[in-house]
Amino acid sequence: MALTAVKTMKNNQTTQTEEVLVYNTKNLNLWYGDHHALKNINLDIKEKDVTAIIGPSGCGKSTYIKTLNRMIDLVPGVKTNGSIEYRGRDIFSKEFLVEELRTRVGMVFQKPNPFPKSIYENIAFGLKIHGIKNKQIINETVEKSLRGAALWDEVKDRIHEPAYGLSGGQQQRLCIARCLALEPDVILMDEPTSALDPVSTLKIEELIQELKEQYSIIIVTHNMQQAARISNKTAFFLNGEVVEFDSTETIFNNPADSRTDDYISGRFG
Amino acid sequence: MKTTKKELSPVQQLLEKKYNGGFLNRSERIIPIVLFFMAAVSVLTTLGIVLTLIFETIIFFGEVSIVEFFTAAEWYPFSETEAVYGIWPLVLGTLKITLIASAFAVPIGLAVALYLSEYASRRTRKVMKPILEVLAGVPTIVYGFFALTFVTPVLRDLFPSIELFNAISPGIVVGIMIIPTIVSLSEDALSSVPEPVRHGALAMGATKWETASKVIFPAALSGILASIVLGVSRAIGETMIVSIAAGSTPSAALELTSSLQTMTSYIVQVTTGDAGFGTTIYYSIYAVGFTLFIFTLSMNVLAQFISKRFREEY
Amino acid sequence: MEKIERIKSEEMIGRIDSRLVKNKVVKSIFFAATVFTSIILIVLLVRILTQGAPYLSWDFLQNFASRRPEQAGIKAAVIGTVWMMSVVIPTAAILGVGTAIYLEEYAKKNAITRWIQMNISNLAGVPSVVFGLLGLTIFVRLFGFGNSVLAAGFTMALLVLPVVIVASQEAIRAVPSELKEASYGLGATKWQTIFRVVLPYAIPGIATGSILAFSRAIGETAPLIVIGIPTFVAFLPSDVFDSFTALPMQIYNWTSRPQIEFHNLAAAGIIILLGVLIVMNSVAVWIRNRYQSR
Repeated sequence: MALTAVKTMKNNQTTQTEEVLVYNTKNLNLWYGDHHALKNINLDIKEKDVTAIIGPSGCGKSTYIKTLNRMIDLVPGVKTNGSIEYRGRDIFSKEFLVEELRTRVGMVFQKPNPFPKSIYENIAFGLKIHGIKNKQIINETVEKSLRGAALWDEVKDRIHEPAYGLSGGQQQRLCIARCLALEPDVILMDEPTSALDPVSTLKIEELIQELKEQYSIIIVTHNMQQAARISNKTAFFLNGEVVEFDSTETIFNNPADSRTDDYISGRFG
Repeated sequence: MKTTKKELSPVQQLLEKKYNGGFLNRSERIIPIVLFFMAAVSVLTTLGIVLTLIFETIIFFGEVSIVEFFTAAEWYPFSETEAVYGIWPLVLGTLKITLIASAFAVPIGLAVALYLSEYASRRTRKVMKPILEVLAGVPTIVYGFFALTFVTPVLRDLFPSIELFNAISPGIVVGIMIIPTIVSLSEDALSSVPEPVRHGALAMGATKWETASKVIFPAALSGILASIVLGVSRAIGETMIVSIAAGSTPSAALELTSSLQTMTSYIVQVTTGDAGFGTTIYYSIYAVGFTLFIFTLSMNVLAQFISKRFREEY
Repeated sequence: MEKIERIKSEEMIGRIDSRLVKNKVVKSIFFAATVFTSIILIVLLVRILTQGAPYLSWDFLQNFASRRPEQAGIKAAVIGTVWMMSVVIPTAAILGVGTAIYLEEYAKKNAITRWIQMNISNLAGVPSVVFGLLGLTIFVRLFGFGNSVLAAGFTMALLVLPVVIVASQEAIRAVPSELKEASYGLGATKWQTIFRVVLPYAIPGIATGSILAFSRAIGETAPLIVIGIPTFVAFLPSDVFDSFTALPMQIYNWTSRPQIEFHNLAAAGIIILLGVLIVMNSVAVWIRNRYQSR
């Protein structure tokens, strides 16, 4: 991981600031049919940051994160303009295959969505489709990913049992483990705890704290306390626009925009 | 306010009269009983089918040895002196047709189902749905006509060794007939796999084919198998296509290019002609019908078992 | 360690192209199968239309069967099918809707009800030729109806009964429970609620499903052959105990003759048959669309 970072730094000639961008969004607009869902978004997301995206429902935060790995393509009638660069490469360009983007950028969804397979097969899936057949590598990766998602100790005796037998929180950690198996660069999380109970939520939050050492994480959340607890950068979205993007501390303690203040202090949303 | 006891409005008076008459109570009691007897009709129908087949088959086995029925290699009922009743050639004929039909319909049906559920745009689905409904609604007599007057001549142009009556043409057309069954039930099974599961695979960089083949298809497998078994069951019971295009020669030969007879087409052959009531031939159609019934019933039960036993809970 | 992992990841990225080729090939094959299926239908329809259309005429509709193809017509078959359906429709509709009401509104959810339900779905899978054997034994012989309109009508009614029942059950189940509660709230009895609230709401759904079932009865041939419906009939039935012939029987008869002229007549008969089915299906679709918005 560090290797690529260095490489990219050299390429971008940004060695002085020591700040490497994983995502660079410029003037992004997005329409669902006639509905203008994202308006002129400009956001720079740094490597190894935990970037939280907050805002009331319908503000475009979920749409934005789904655009980052182009899952938004699956919605019929979506139009975009502007650009998003992932490590300097335009994600909308023909040369950047969406399969490659999604291999490098993992995603965790609102509701846990394990495959109707065994725990083991859930994690092996990513490797298998990418043509990795070596049993030893697969076995090692399964264990490593489950450990990485803090799930190994709970499931090590039953990794060949169906994933649907796990609790909701375990399923969500399995989905995180599934991502980790491909050793992604960035992990996108779309309200990953919205379907979970408080205890499971806490576990996922702790996990995120550990993951941020290795991965860049972008997390959409409707829960402001969560954003405050786990992120170091926060973007506030409202009506498809970025109202404010700054360090989490500034956003929560000293926001520049009165609308941010209103939202943070619970006056709407 | 004074509370007068008996000062009813006209409407109330009418209601009072009705309740006192007891009419409502009586009809409320009788109607469920009448409805129950209506529901009993479908149970009686099943009972009627089973008993009819059993009783007439017993009479048949009073005249023909049951051992002969299961072991004789020939079905040769229309002989005055040396009639032989061995069911095997008819079962073999049915199996030939079913095999060809499945070999044709299963790959095409699954391909169409996968295309519609995993690849097709909403517009394509909208076009294909009615096409499949029409294919499903075409009466089998029409398919039989199509087999005899179109598919057979085309096949004979391509392969002159094929005879006018053969297994291939009706087999293919029975396959066409069961494609809609396989497509619509398989597609139901595929599209009942929740969308988030698909998204999970695609978000890991899987292609649509990898998502379909490694996640969606295995998840929908029970429904897909059930659809195939039901399709096979319909192929076994199909009557008109084989009666028209397969011929009427019970054959124990393992080839597909010449005339054969299935269980269903034997029943049609006998009942089209004048096999008198009470003759051995007359009773033989029940023994054949019973065998056919056992085949299709076990297929249907198997389909129900598969879809119950292996149903995925999402 | 990290180095090795990165290499693994780059290796994975390198394989994407070939995986995409595979995806594309598979997609094209599936698409071809879909197109092929549509082409089959088009070929079937075009073939029958071109073969049969020249034989469609007023005479064809007005004439009885004949040994001479140029004089043969379909009158007895069309009228016979109408007679048969006049038995099938009320029988299957009353029994089907009655059974559905019983199962949905009255029957307790116990083992017997489940067994009846299972019995109905198994009945739907019984081959039509076996229903023919039932009709032959019970209606033709036991009840002594002979090869009459009544025997054929009852046999066909039993054949389509499971479909009518299932369609009616679904329609009844779709009635919002608030409507029923409102009716009970006014002091209506169970049957009043069913008859005045549930049924009117469910009728469009029942009709749609039943029409499709009835169109199956029009096209079924095998049971008619088994119960001995004749094909060469030069008269019209005057009541339900008369012998008759039906459209698919006439088509079968013409198809099984070797002369090409009779095949053309069969094609003309099929056009009539398909025409009737298309009209019925359009009515069903119209009802579905008309009442779906509710």
